[in-house]
Amino acid sequence: MEIVLISLLNGFVYGMLLFMLASGLTLIFSMMGVLNFAHASIYMLGAYAAFDVTRLIGFWAALIVAPVLCGAIGAAIEIYGLRRVHHNGHIAELLFTFGLFFIFERGVQMIWGMLPVPYRVPPLLDFALFRVYGSNFPAYRGFMLLISGGMLLSIWLLLTRTRIGLIIQAALTHPNMVSSLGHNVPRVFTTVFAGGCFLAGLAGVIGGNYQITEPTMASALGPIVFVVVVFGGLGSLMGCFIASIIMGMIQTFSVIIDGSIADLVKGFGVSIPSDNLLGEILNVPGSRVGPLLPYALMILMLLVRPRGLMGNRDT
Amino acid sequence: MLEVRDLHAFYGKSHILHGVSLDVGDGEIVSLLGRNGVGRSTTCKAIMGLVEPHGSVRYRGKELAGLRTDLISRAGIGYVPEDRQVFPTLTVRQNLELGLRRAGAFGRWNFEDVFELFPNLRERQNNVAGVLSGGEQQMLTMCRTLMGDPDLILIDEPTEGLAPRLVEQVAVLLGEIAKRGISILLVEQKLTIALKISKRLYVMGHGGIVFEGTPAELDANVAVRQEWLEV
Repeated sequence: MEIVLISLLNGFVYGMLLFMLASGLTLIFSMMGVLNFAHASIYMLGAYAAFDVTRLIGFWAALIVAPVLCGAIGAAIEIYGLRRVHHNGHIAELLFTFGLFFIFERGVQMIWGMLPVPYRVPPLLDFALFRVYGSNFPAYRGFMLLISGGMLLSIWLLLTRTRIGLIIQAALTHPNMVSSLGHNVPRVFTTVFAGGCFLAGLAGVIGGNYQITEPTMASALGPIVFVVVVFGGLGSLMGCFIASIIMGMIQTFSVIIDGSIADLVKGFGVSIPSDNLLGEILNVPGSRVGPLLPYALMILMLLVRPRGLMGNRDT
Repeated sequence: MLEVRDLHAFYGKSHILHGVSLDVGDGEIVSLLGRNGVGRSTTCKAIMGLVEPHGSVRYRGKELAGLRTDLISRAGIGYVPEDRQVFPTLTVRQNLELGLRRAGAFGRWNFEDVFELFPNLRERQNNVAGVLSGGEQQMLTMCRTLMGDPDLILIDEPTEGLAPRLVEQVAVLLGEIAKRGISILLVEQKLTIALKISKRLYVMGHGGIVFEGTPAELDANVAVRQEWLEV
């Protein structure tokens, strides 16, 4: 029981972290049609920037400086990169962000090295918030929930209560109409791209010391974020939120499942030998199948419901 | 106030407009008629910069061809597309708000004017626009564009698919627009309201203008009507 409760909490923390990345990506994707391969790289950059700023000034400064830096980098990518490639079509944009992904990965390796950097949880937050059944729940995870929850609330307020939010919502589906009404749509695009990168950077700041800050963190997290975007559906933040939490839970729970399908049916008196291929597959423990589950779910979703959970158009 | 000269436009490799020239004067209602696919909508889109224009589009003496759409709009031209394009997830009132160029920048039109003309929209102002009927969506799109206080408005097929009673409402709104001194370029397929309200008419065929004249002249010109308008 205790492990279920702890895993629920951890799954929620991880899901919220995924949402901080996926929300920006899904807004960018549905508005501009650009699947930004470098989105998780910005997350990585946020973590590394936070590591350096923490060393130089402190964690609380990093919490502000690193996301702002990432937002500025995002704005620059959009204005000087994507906007120029745009008239060559979506494939060119895709390749452009794909290239950025490698540049960021190599760049990080050149500047900070191949090994993980010691980006740690700030001492102020390094204590047990409460105990459940004898296990500690670190205060830092509570802090992550606070930041990501606050961010969720701010995006929602921004999109539904402000004029720029309404313009963004309208431009998600009808960019031409929005510009015909006299709104500067390229500037809206830049704002959204920079905002998405700001969120990815913020996720990097609070996720980099929760996980490990290393050059492969972008390629490790990137695919999961794509899965979330596809699973949740384009253009729907709510779908994106639900998908993030589901994927967070799956990733967390799969690790703790020791049993395999063979163990499950053994309970009914059926025993499956592992001497043939099918038997072998059925005998693999859940914790090893776990990492595949998000992708399997994505494929299932694409087959059954291509628009995703709550998307408003087909992927 | 609007002078279009030798306007060409392309979709990919297909040449859609072959040198369209037309004028809309101050406070004038001008209609652009023709069958489907002759390039009427493309003419509007090229004027608005939604399709790349080749040629000259002058507005109050200023060249617009090549400018970004939002700047063309801000020069004082409103555009109501044929497919309506309400923002479906926003409420009726929010749709109207986005018609304003800046928050609170009311010109000749405010919420009260719109709701006076179309009481339906007042009742439904807090409903999302996606659930409105086709007629209500048409009224909303026109009013949304008017909120930006344009001096010239391009309206693409406002009566398409509407019941006769609603067509009448559109005609009333067009009259109200003209009364407030706004010039109109009305794109229509049928002659119904165009003949009644226009001062001048253009007929398009195969990407060019094939007739220009007054409603009376078009009425008298059976050849043009038969070849380019009647089905």
